[in-house]
Amino acid sequence: MKLGSRTWLALAFFAVIALLPFLLPTFYLTLLGNVGIYALVALGLVLLTGVAGSTSFGQAAFMGVGAYTSAVLCLRFGLSPWLTLFAAVVVTGVVALILGAITLRMQGHFLPLATIAWGLSLYYTFGNAPFTGGFTGLTGVPPISLFGMALNTPSRFYWLVWAVLALCAWVTQNLLQSRTGRAMRALRGGVTVAESFGVNTYVLRVQTFLLSAVLAALAGWLYAHGQGFINPTPFGLSQGIEFLFMAVVGGSGSVGGAILGAGLITLLRDQLQNLLPKLLGQSGDFVTPVFGILVILMLQVAREGLWPLLERILPRPSQTLMPGTERLPIHTKPASGEELLRLEGVSKHFGGLKAVNGVSFSLNSGEILGLIGPNGAGKSTLFNVISGVLPPTAGHITLRGQDISRFASRQIARLGMARTFQHVKLFPEMTLLGNAMMGGYTRAHAGVTRSLLHLERSEEAALQHAAAEQLTRVGLGDVFELAGNLPLGQQRILEIARALVADPTLLLLDEPAAGLRLGEKRELAALLRKLQGEGVTILIVEHDMDLVMNVVDRLVVMNYGEKLAEGTPREIQQHPAVREAYLGGAA
Amino acid sequence: MDLAQLFDPAIFPVLAADGLTNGAVYALLSLALVLVFAVTRVIFVAQGEFVSFGALTLASLQLGKVPGTLWLVLALLAISAVVEGISQLRQGQGRRAGMVLLSALGISAGLWALLTWLAPLKLALPLQVLLTLLLVVPLGPMTYRLTFMPLREASTLVLLIAAVSLHLILSGLGLAFFGAEGSRTPAFAEGQITLGQVQLSAQSLVTILVSAVLMLALYFFFDRTLAGKALRATAVNRLGARLSGISPVRAGYVSFTLAAAIGALSGLLIGPSTPLSYDSGFLIGLKGFVGAIVGGLVSYPVAALGALLVGLLESFASFSFSAWKEVIVFGLILPVLLWRSLTTRHAEEEE
Repeated sequence: MKLGSRTWLALAFFAVIALLPFLLPTFYLTLLGNVGIYALVALGLVLLTGVAGSTSFGQAAFMGVGAYTSAVLCLRFGLSPWLTLFAAVVVTGVVALILGAITLRMQGHFLPLATIAWGLSLYYTFGNAPFTGGFTGLTGVPPISLFGMALNTPSRFYWLVWAVLALCAWVTQNLLQSRTGRAMRALRGGVTVAESFGVNTYVLRVQTFLLSAVLAALAGWLYAHGQGFINPTPFGLSQGIEFLFMAVVGGSGSVGGAILGAGLITLLRDQLQNLLPKLLGQSGDFVTPVFGILVILMLQVAREGLWPLLERILPRPSQTLMPGTERLPIHTKPASGEELLRLEGVSKHFGGLKAVNGVSFSLNSGEILGLIGPNGAGKSTLFNVISGVLPPTAGHITLRGQDISRFASRQIARLGMARTFQHVKLFPEMTLLGNAMMGGYTRAHAGVTRSLLHLERSEEAALQHAAAEQLTRVGLGDVFELAGNLPLGQQRILEIARALVADPTLLLLDEPAAGLRLGEKRELAALLRKLQGEGVTILIVEHDMDLVMNVVDRLVVMNYGEKLAEGTPREIQQHPAVREAYLGGAA
Repeated sequence: MDLAQLFDPAIFPVLAADGLTNGAVYALLSLALVLVFAVTRVIFVAQGEFVSFGALTLASLQLGKVPGTLWLVLALLAISAVVEGISQLRQGQGRRAGMVLLSALGISAGLWALLTWLAPLKLALPLQVLLTLLLVVPLGPMTYRLTFMPLREASTLVLLIAAVSLHLILSGLGLAFFGAEGSRTPAFAEGQITLGQVQLSAQSLVTILVSAVLMLALYFFFDRTLAGKALRATAVNRLGARLSGISPVRAGYVSFTLAAAIGALSGLLIGPSTPLSYDSGFLIGLKGFVGAIVGGLVSYPVAALGALLVGLLESFASFSFSAWKEVIVFGLILPVLLWRSLTTRHAEEEE
């Protein structure tokens, strides 16, 4: 396998790290050992914060759960640290699972708040529980041995820490460049997009949180057996906050940022903690407030952290598609003219407001159906009900004979319905290819474990191939361009390509022409006709009469939440009630 | 520890009264937290620092010393003025930039003169309270200007990280300006009041009454005044409020001013019963938070009730399991969150 230039740089970095014990005095080795341990925790925060868009102030507490579990078991039962590592990971995982399962159903800010409270609770628990040695802690924690050699000298322990970190950084990087990693990144923009492409966002958020906790537990295990003693102090809330600072300053979006941040913050603290009290003529922790100022300035000036600035001078990641002959499976499509979607008396009421009231129509395979109506007619609400974002108050929706009225949008996505959004919901910092691959989430299967170890490369190549194919189909050539650099018209086309990668039996377009210029509208109309020619079934909600009249086979007109009329564009243009709704009584 | 002892008629009322007194203060804080979150989306973790600053400022004035808060205010004022001046200059408003700097200079000189003159005189308690508010309340709008206003388009998450950072900065400044020792502030009322079986200290009664009056005042402010309605409108719909001519920045200033005022007053109310040091406000603020979370960070009355519950729980826990007090109080958040996640429908968030 050919390695990219970035991979070579990473290998060179770790090679230098491996050589440092021959060059540096013990003091710096201990310090750098701590950097490695902290970087493990920061790595978890990269997944949680920069990637998945949540955060935790309680990672130090998780580190403590890992450290105490391992230390107590070793001291009480004389177990080997390798056995207690397993216990540390399991116990921390269970704590994180409970915490995550409770908070992750709610809006993103409840998790960090809960972790503040939980971090404090665990801190006092470490200090008061009968078996933790109180606030003085536990001493005599045995060192880790490898092949009969105790890793208790600074350089041996340093090698262990950085070997573990290198391994974790590698699997994390693998994860980020996989189907699961892309879905995690999608969490950052809210749950609607990810769910609409079949991601179970709740499960994925819990998994992400669990991974970050396990990394912290691993760090805690290393810490306990490296130091030989533990007390509650390094697992308190302020350390938890400092871990987050590492991720923020380094750059919470990437693996490199975690290591950079952990290094910077740890070395800065080492330099400042003697200097500041001297400057101020007063004892106390003044480093933390300085970090606070640093973080606020970072958030205001360079919110993505320092890594993206450093990344500019690094060689760009490779821009070639992965080779591979595997192709994604293709859904069997219903025969042209067969009934695909059927609405029977569908209603959606918000309290007393009847946004949609008793609407029925059906859509046949191979057809383009337009859903139109004046502002406030209930089109978008109906669209959300069909796509599963909102449950209907009454009525039934069937897709290929299956009742989907009570299905969540991710279940509907798995049945072959794909959609675009009225307000473009792309991931601007991802490439066109990455965005489009998001659409194929349900067609691939690799989960967290296979992604971590990159055992899913042939499937990933097939996904890339499918995405590139659909991008070409809609006329977007430069697949490695960032989505954020496209003009609005092309972003809407990219959303259509993303939906097409799902290999949909039914494509739902929510006002695809909104905000487009005339030329862009013409291109859109041409694309829709082309897709129809290739047998794609489309339901389109639109304001733009010209566009709709030119592309659709049939129209359903809504007004005040009810179906006003249904027919071909010509029939609708002649329809007296429609003319009245649009033009007023005078027409 | 025998749990039955809790319900001993000699002990139960004492603990309940204690819990209600602290709970009333937590309730005030929880209201301020809900207010700031609703208007600005900032989860204002640093609210507790105003509690410490309020109590410590009054304690300095009691000793006839110029409070360290003065230097804190002057420093923040200088930085705010420079930042605001630069942003005015960038918009081509040279004259306004000059005005900002001049008025900051004027205010600074005025404050300095006032405090160095009045502090050694050991004025009557109500006047000292006014001076305390004069020093602590401006910290609210200034922290908003320096920290959150430049981030007002950022996600809730970024704002939360900024709020946590601000907490660390303010608590570090508190250490630098007040030192590490704790201080107790004077009670507003002396003596004991007997209500049936219950002995209540007059200070507790004052605390509960003042909290209740402040809550009513807040209610009238939000319900009856234009400024209050503007805040509510901003909380419901930022864009809509802006389109109706309500400036979200001004709403931010108002809510942070209120938060600082409520925080400082809370510090004065809780100061006589609990010695406060530079870092003890944080835990007090967090207890207000647990209350606010009971109300889902949106409901004022539920938040206040939740905070009262926290006060009671803490009081009973500190009697029975004093070492586990904090674990119990902060552990409460889990069942609360579980209950909320099961009862409230998930709302989509737009980042």
